[in-house]
Amino acid sequence: MYKIVSKRALNAFVSLMEIDAPLIAAKGKAGQFVILRVNETGERIPLTLADEDPERGTITIMYQKVGKTTDLLDTLNVGDSILDVVGPLGKATELDGYTRVAVVGGGVGCAIAYPEAKALHRLGTHVDMIAGFRNKDIIMLEEELEKVSSRLFVMTDDGSNGNKGFVTAKLQELLDVGEEYDLVIAIGPLPMMRAVANVTKPYGIKTIVSMNPIMVDGTGMCGGCRLTVGGETKFACVDGPEFDAHEVDWDEAMHRLGQYKEQEHTCRMTFMEGRNA
Amino acid sequence: MAINNQPNKTPMPEQDPQIRATNFDEVACGYTEEMAVNEAQRCLNCKHKPCVSGCPVNVQIPDFIAKIASGEFEGAYQVIRGTNALPAVCGRVCPQEKQCESKCVRGIKGEPVAIGRLERFAADMHMKTEISQSEGAPHNGHRVAVVGSGPAGLTCAGDLNKLGYDVTVFEAFHTAGGVLMYGIPEFRLPKDIVQKEIAALKDAGVDIQTNMVIGKILDVDELFEQGYEAVFIGSGAGLPSFMGIPGEGLLGVLSANEFLTRINLMKGYREDYDTPVPRAKRVAVVGGGNVAMDAARCAKRLGAEKVYVVYRRGEEEMPARLEEIHHAKEEGIEFLFLTAPAAVHGDENGFVTSLECVSMELTEPDESGRRRPCEIKGSNHLLEVDMVIAAIGNSPNPLIRTTTPGLEANRRGCLVVNEDTLQTTREGVYAGGDAVTGAATVILAMGAGKKAAASIHEYLMGK
Repeated sequence: MYKIVSKRALNAFVSLMEIDAPLIAAKGKAGQFVILRVNETGERIPLTLADEDPERGTITIMYQKVGKTTDLLDTLNVGDSILDVVGPLGKATELDGYTRVAVVGGGVGCAIAYPEAKALHRLGTHVDMIAGFRNKDIIMLEEELEKVSSRLFVMTDDGSNGNKGFVTAKLQELLDVGEEYDLVIAIGPLPMMRAVANVTKPYGIKTIVSMNPIMVDGTGMCGGCRLTVGGETKFACVDGPEFDAHEVDWDEAMHRLGQYKEQEHTCRMTFMEGRNA
Repeated sequence: MAINNQPNKTPMPEQDPQIRATNFDEVACGYTEEMAVNEAQRCLNCKHKPCVSGCPVNVQIPDFIAKIASGEFEGAYQVIRGTNALPAVCGRVCPQEKQCESKCVRGIKGEPVAIGRLERFAADMHMKTEISQSEGAPHNGHRVAVVGSGPAGLTCAGDLNKLGYDVTVFEAFHTAGGVLMYGIPEFRLPKDIVQKEIAALKDAGVDIQTNMVIGKILDVDELFEQGYEAVFIGSGAGLPSFMGIPGEGLLGVLSANEFLTRINLMKGYREDYDTPVPRAKRVAVVGGGNVAMDAARCAKRLGAEKVYVVYRRGEEEMPARLEEIHHAKEEGIEFLFLTAPAAVHGDENGFVTSLECVSMELTEPDESGRRRPCEIKGSNHLLEVDMVIAAIGNSPNPLIRTTTPGLEANRRGCLVVNEDTLQTTREGVYAGGDAVTGAATVILAMGAGKKAAASIHEYLMGK
């Protein structure tokens, strides 16, 4: 059992939980993830390690309430426990050796981008952080991102925070004025990551994206998380979750996320009805 | 005692095929006491015990069968348990026709003694009586780490525990059992039976830690630093192989590992569990082993109207247990022999619509001794399906190999071991099961776990 030691809402849809998991906290690094199972009948879901504190023996996860399992997770509070947490899984991001990095986060992807920016910042790297949200009401982690970036650009699709535009527009604007980056990290919805890849490709800037496909075990066994990268089959859980954005077969990756859409919808609706009854 | 001259095995009561194809309950119901005694009396109790030589874990077969014949069921169990950590499992899933039963003298003129069924009977009787037993030798103060709680790891742990070692088993999943839990379906090996076997090991003193992915949370070197003096790696077959044909990224193409794990470990077929399981009307399972049979029969039970097994060789070359092939046929699974997949086709939304196949013919034998299948040019044809399950094997899990300096693997990723001792290329590190052999059987993995336990004992006592 893994005890929840703190919990707070980052916006109306995304929450943060700090969980007691000393062994994972001692080993986890930016770019890695955990898989958790809330209770005996629950499914296993992967969540990025947002932070880890080896001294306190805790890890931090951030989750968006998008389906039954994350809804169920959100019913737990400080003092409650999660049945299973396994990790750290996947490969840590290799962040050494860069001087100027643009980190681009879209929506809840900012939760995953945050540890990357923080790790780079600690290494003394110049970090331009571009964070995009649909509107100002769901902007999250602004203070945290501010602290770990050299410059922070918060964009909204509708312009409600005064900065209208997609993250790709901002990135393009920075490149247009001659900003140079030796690495771009893009984390968010697949269409956004794909769009970022298209922006950086003409400049030949190395771009990595964090893929969040369907997976069961997270240790290389099920093959559910496979994607095609550079013409080869890769498994996000052991070969990733981060890949070269210019090599990913985006069409395939976007199709594959739809595998269980219908069942997930039914499952969540039933759960919500049960709770509202 | 008089020998029972009945030429055939005492039949196993089974669920009706029509009914069982709609549920996940165990297919074979098990012998009654009368049936077991009747079958046990068919054993000739041969002095030279050919059957024992066919058993990878050396079960003293005539001895336990003699006990069943005389009604000493618990005694029979204890004989089996003396060399086999998981009797209830082996009785159900071993390919007996290729092992013990293939050597049985009764098999020359009729059917061999139903050794597997009798083993299962003894184990099930023991579980019914629930006699708790403490069998551990006094602790000898030495600690051994076992990576993986599948058949290899559990056997190794059980044997070392009996010898007095403090054994910790590390399991990556949330439940111990490995392939016995995630791979083999409930209708062939009920999960509460597996858990009872594991509980017996725990009662005997084996410590099992779940959610521990060795190679990630701790590596092998850290295990030594923590005071473990030897490590056994039984991490199993990892990455599933796909066919390497166009269209494998389509929705509805998945590995048997994923399909079976969602069903068996995550219980996705049950209403009260959350894990989604893909359901389809027409399913093609590619492969001819036990995993292919399991996947096909699960698909049927989930409501598929048509389930094909697509296998590139002939029926005789199929590696699956005879009983599984027989049961699958009874349940309405359709076998397409000498047929190989060539491409998967899908609709505009990326969902599978058909599997393009080619017909094969068998030519001269290859290195495995089986006749090599060759494609018949121009024989391409479409099989209309909405799901394709790849059950064509796995390569070993890479997590430990890639995080442990000094561990050598062959080009297929299998750990290199000394065949006599199962020691890897690192001192004090042993390995066995699918991590070494690539996908094989439960009993071979158990045999390896047993052999490694003996080697570890010798190594640590000689230190």
